Amino acid sequence: MKRTYLLVAGICALGAQCLTQNIHAAAGGDSIKIGAIFSVTGPASFLGAPEEKTVRLFVDKLNAAGGIHGRRVELVLKDSGGSPEKAVSFAKQLIEEEKVLAIIGPSTSGETMQIKALCEENEMILVSCAAAEVIVNPTAKYVFKTPQKDSQAVTWIYRTMKDKGVRKIAVVSSNDGFGAAGKKQLEDMAPAEGIEILANEVYDKQATDLTDILTKIKGTRGVQAIVNWSIVPAQSIVAKNMRQLGMEMPLFQSHGFGNRKYVEQAGVAAEGTLFPAGRLLVVDELPDNHPQKALLAAYKKDYEETYKEDVSTFGGHAYDAILVVTEALKRARRPDRARVRDAIENLKGLAGTAGVFNFSPTDHTGLDLTSFEMLTVKDGKFAIYRK
Amino acid sequence: MESGNLELQYFLSGITKGSIYAVVAIGFNLIYSATGVLNFAQGEFVMLGGMVAVTLARFVPLPVALAGAVAIVALVGCLLEILFFRRLQRHSILHLVIITIGLSIVLQEIALHLWDEKVRSLPYFTGNEISSLKFFGAAISPQVFWVLATVAVTVVLLHIFLKYTLPGRAMRAGSSNPSAAMLAGINIANMRTLAFGLSAAIGALAGCVISPITMTHYEMGAPLAIKGFAAAILGGLGNPMAAVLGGLMVGVLEAYSVSRLPAAYSDVTVFAVLLLVLFARPHGFWGRPGGESVREH
Repeated sequence: MKRTYLLVAGICALGAQCLTQNIHAAAGGDSIKIGAIFSVTGPASFLGAPEEKTVRLFVDKLNAAGGIHGRRVELVLKDSGGSPEKAVSFAKQLIEEEKVLAIIGPSTSGETMQIKALCEENEMILVSCAAAEVIVNPTAKYVFKTPQKDSQAVTWIYRTMKDKGVRKIAVVSSNDGFGAAGKKQLEDMAPAEGIEILANEVYDKQATDLTDILTKIKGTRGVQAIVNWSIVPAQSIVAKNMRQLGMEMPLFQSHGFGNRKYVEQAGVAAEGTLFPAGRLLVVDELPDNHPQKALLAAYKKDYEETYKEDVSTFGGHAYDAILVVTEALKRARRPDRARVRDAIENLKGLAGTAGVFNFSPTDHTGLDLTSFEMLTVKDGKFAIYRK
Repeated sequence: MESGNLELQYFLSGITKGSIYAVVAIGFNLIYSATGVLNFAQGEFVMLGGMVAVTLARFVPLPVALAGAVAIVALVGCLLEILFFRRLQRHSILHLVIITIGLSIVLQEIALHLWDEKVRSLPYFTGNEISSLKFFGAAISPQVFWVLATVAVTVVLLHIFLKYTLPGRAMRAGSSNPSAAMLAGINIANMRTLAFGLSAAIGALAGCVISPITMTHYEMGAPLAIKGFAAAILGGLGNPMAAVLGGLMVGVLEAYSVSRLPAAYSDVTVFAVLLLVLFARPHGFWGRPGGESVREH
């Protein structure tokens, strides 16, 4: 009898030891690696910097709360400086050396398109934070993105114009990837929406003053509104120069206007500027029962308290990207790339910062038109535009 | 708007841009006059001036912030000369030019780390973002007059300094004939430090006055330096007044190009004209062959 007791006690002890070892492995040694490529510096740093900060914050909070299924998430961050070549070499590094579960980013459409095929070939999940339609159209099995599509922004702009009785417009855009993509989208969709583009000008993205181009538009008969598709600083310069020239017609900007800093830069000249954006910027105006309200308010509070700067929609795209990956990981139960990929495709009704995501095998953005809201600038603050 | 006013508006727009190029070009000229070197880090002095002033303006009144920015950046200019140029064994022009290119990259990176990637700006000196002065139906921002006034005052002061003061004459002597100047008891190295400090100060001042128009960010230096360089070449290297006229010409040319061609071609027009001018007059409009005018003044 005594021997049996001893035996049982011994087996129990052994079992307990094994169990603790398992727990150790789960908590520390075996973390889940997620790669991120952002242009933290360089010309697209206005995107990459808040994205990197957001993802760090998200992962720190996640790990503090115990990680996913008891496993820590380890972030492998790379700064591409906005260069597609660097993005490619970092993507290879993340795939071959770091063997990450998924890559989030890059920040810009140009970089994303450079690594789209690479990720697809290596069956690496890519959740891009860039907006261009071509990232998800045609659909690649492993490639997703979180920002709203350019075409949805254009649809919002054209519909608001029609509501205001605007039919004839001028388009100005910067000579970088963002400006070129927006320009093409505006041109392609104008005929179907019944909008006529009377003047269409491209300027240098480092332009210091744009009164000459605006003079040309002022001299073009019949223009009722201007659409500008560029990033800072040009988007603030356009607003200032228009008012200096005494042009009263409405100014529409792209969804790239979504940072309160830009409003400050343009000062009173930004008043009345119209642009489509997600609801992050107007979270205070949302009713309490809105599906995004709680998440947006929490993200805004955390970000602004941690980094002492205003939250922007761009950081929000990275929030959504890491949210999508971790949420799918929770549902897939184990960090198996194919399973996680399937889980992303099956995410439905997931509230993020840009909108409520409903992914499907044919829709790798998961957002519809309702994810945008037309915003305006009122007394130096963003507000929902009401007719 | 009537077509006459439209032409005037294009002209004023050209003046706005031109004044920015001119104020950058003056700094180029000064270092060239004193050392024979084209300082490709000049754009970074402009950027630093704006950045420091924006930072200081949060704590002190605007004029104090401007003065502080100019003083700090001038000091940076002197330090750079002492650290990177003084100890060189051979001061060949090519060496120096390449060092300035390296410095411009380093300064840009330092600015990125000291500040960040964000765009900032100083408030308009008079009025605000939407104020403008009207002439016959055409409008121009009052800030442009601040830039033009800065250009005028700088050019006059520089002229007096280089022509009538002892250090100014010593600076020119050192550049025109270093060995003779040394024999006459001029400390060439100190003169070079002074030239770097001065042109850094001019660059910083430029960075402050243009900040409300162009806004300030860590990457603004290089494109400004290219345009300022084009302006200095077009006018003729060495002569500060020529740099100003060159700057205004480049600006007006750009605006004229926008009025006739798609806006995307404005840089093409400017550089095509620049090339044509250089074919006909390799030393620019008001320069003398070999940059002699610089040194003879």
